[in-house]
Amino acid sequence: MGQTFRRITPQLVTLALVVLLVTVFFPNFFAIGFDGTRFVGPVVDVLKRSAPVALLGVGMTLVIATRGIDLSVGTVMAISGAVAAWAITSGYGLAGAVGLAIGAGLLAGLWNGCLVAIVGIQPIVATLILMTSGRGIAQLITEGRILTFSDPNLAFAGSGSVLGIPFPTILWIATAVVVALLMRRTALGMLIEATGINRAASALAGVNATVLLIAVYMASGFCASLAGIVATADIRGADANNAGLWLELDAILAVVIGGNSLLGGRFSIAGTMIGALIIQTINTGIMLSGFPSEYNLVIKAVLVLVILVLQSPNLAADWLFLKSLVKARRANVRSETP
Amino acid sequence: MSINPRLYPLLATIGIFLVGYLISYLQFPAMLSTRVIGNLLTDNAYLGIVAVGMTIVILSGGIDLSVGSVIAFSGVFIAVMLRDASLHPLAVFALLLIITTAFGAAMGWLIHALAMPAFIVTLAGMFLARGVAYMMTIDSVAISHPFYSMLTSAYWLMPGKGRLTLIGVLMLISVLVGAIIAHRTRFGAAVFALGGGEQTARLMGVNVGRTTVLIYAFSGLMAGLSGIVFSIYTGSGYPLATVGTELTAIAAVVIGGTILTGGAGYVIGTLFGVLTMGLIQTYIVFDGTLSSWWTKIVIGLLLLVFILLQKGLLRLTAFGEART
Repeated sequence: MGQTFRRITPQLVTLALVVLLVTVFFPNFFAIGFDGTRFVGPVVDVLKRSAPVALLGVGMTLVIATRGIDLSVGTVMAISGAVAAWAITSGYGLAGAVGLAIGAGLLAGLWNGCLVAIVGIQPIVATLILMTSGRGIAQLITEGRILTFSDPNLAFAGSGSVLGIPFPTILWIATAVVVALLMRRTALGMLIEATGINRAASALAGVNATVLLIAVYMASGFCASLAGIVATADIRGADANNAGLWLELDAILAVVIGGNSLLGGRFSIAGTMIGALIIQTINTGIMLSGFPSEYNLVIKAVLVLVILVLQSPNLAADWLFLKSLVKARRANVRSETP
Repeated sequence: MSINPRLYPLLATIGIFLVGYLISYLQFPAMLSTRVIGNLLTDNAYLGIVAVGMTIVILSGGIDLSVGSVIAFSGVFIAVMLRDASLHPLAVFALLLIITTAFGAAMGWLIHALAMPAFIVTLAGMFLARGVAYMMTIDSVAISHPFYSMLTSAYWLMPGKGRLTLIGVLMLISVLVGAIIAHRTRFGAAVFALGGGEQTARLMGVNVGRTTVLIYAFSGLMAGLSGIVFSIYTGSGYPLATVGTELTAIAAVVIGGTILTGGAGYVIGTLFGVLTMGLIQTYIVFDGTLSSWWTKIVIGLLLLVFILLQKGLLRLTAFGEART
């Protein structure tokens, strides 16, 4: 536990700084009210709106840990949302709609996983296929329209709340906790890291890398379908063109901000979740503080650059060197003052 | 005489384009008119130009996600500069090309200096370029300059009343220049070497840093040029324009037979990749009953076919090398 905290300290500090910055411009950031059925306030809003990126981030963290990338999650969101809206308007009921939507996400993951693990295509290219064609598939399901529905049960997934807490918030936190426990309480997490560091070596060590890779892409599809259901339920309609548009990039950004290397290996789901919160705090903060939202992308770009510099393998050696210098000096000081 | 196996993807691309055109022609004889061909070139001019830059980047084993945003930035930059500063469009063009080239070079330098994946560095570039475009304006700005109306109406009437527009010709020239740079210069050889592997390239004496900077600078230059062409095509600058063009360009390069891991491919193939994608769209317009989303699905299928083809080919050549 202590180790996890030490690992995500930089992310926590960044989040605190961003929150502090927002509070300077918008002092009421922490105001939380209760309107009779649920809590309201900027913080609650951030926790709710970060749901899609956080959900995608859970799956994306696992995929990136295997040295892969999943560009299709945004489109899979659109497909799942379209399937859910289609199923509920065709009278399949809530269970049927959610089941079919998740099934669609798993199927998309299976397709990606097979292309990567069995055919051996690079992940970025393999998932690009679904990314370009997936929106067409989603439009095929909705027949090019925005498929609206009025079922209150499905809408609950987007705008409902339990004990005053928005349902999307509960969903993403629960998903993150369950997946993180599954990874760390079993050997799964270690096996995924092993595959990411060296697939051939881990295969020789007895890890069934092929099955593991497919499972990881299916997990990403599963998370994307959850995000798709939330996004569709939120607006009570499936918009095949815009649902989840460019969210794959935000999800990748959340993973990178979370301190996970794009080169695979060690991963931290907690880090990614904080990354998603940082992104959403910036988005909400810019809106609240009255800055024009045009600045959003530029700030994001600067943030990515700073993180890239900190993560750079070329500079890592320099950091270590500096650290050892400081340590040596401290040791010298200590030895000189007995 | 045996054909070089490296030519297979290129021949397959050209073959698919010709067969596709033949099928379209048999169904709609009007497809084989200079009007359709002229429009095919005009409508895909900006995509073709940016895809040439992308080809060079992909040949070197990299990727440039920023180009779509750079095109949008270029359009906005031109429109705003023409509106607010009394500069001649040609001066604005020159200024713009310098900016986008420097932008590309800066990304290339970061990729080399930080030793980070090109994917994430150019992703930051993508955010930055679009963000700056937003900061300049969030509205669509119309361009009304006499010089611009002259550029828009500049075309050569081909026999059969087809219009060969200035921007269509500009695309063909870009492809030609790209092909010469990739296949006939020292820099091109360095690009191919880099695509084969950074270590080996270094051992061969390629200056990896300089080449990387030049590759992304070239891609930035092409994106800027594409932005100019796009602004001539639409007559306006809009920060939300050309979202996702980088992925269309990558798809065109792959359908054009360039291997995404780098090191093998032809710039001329990219032209046929772009034209094939344009052909699908034209066919759907001619048919009238098919919905536009079939474009995306067919392009995805084509991508899959070409990637599988390349995969098989790589295995084939690997076997061939093992035997000798």
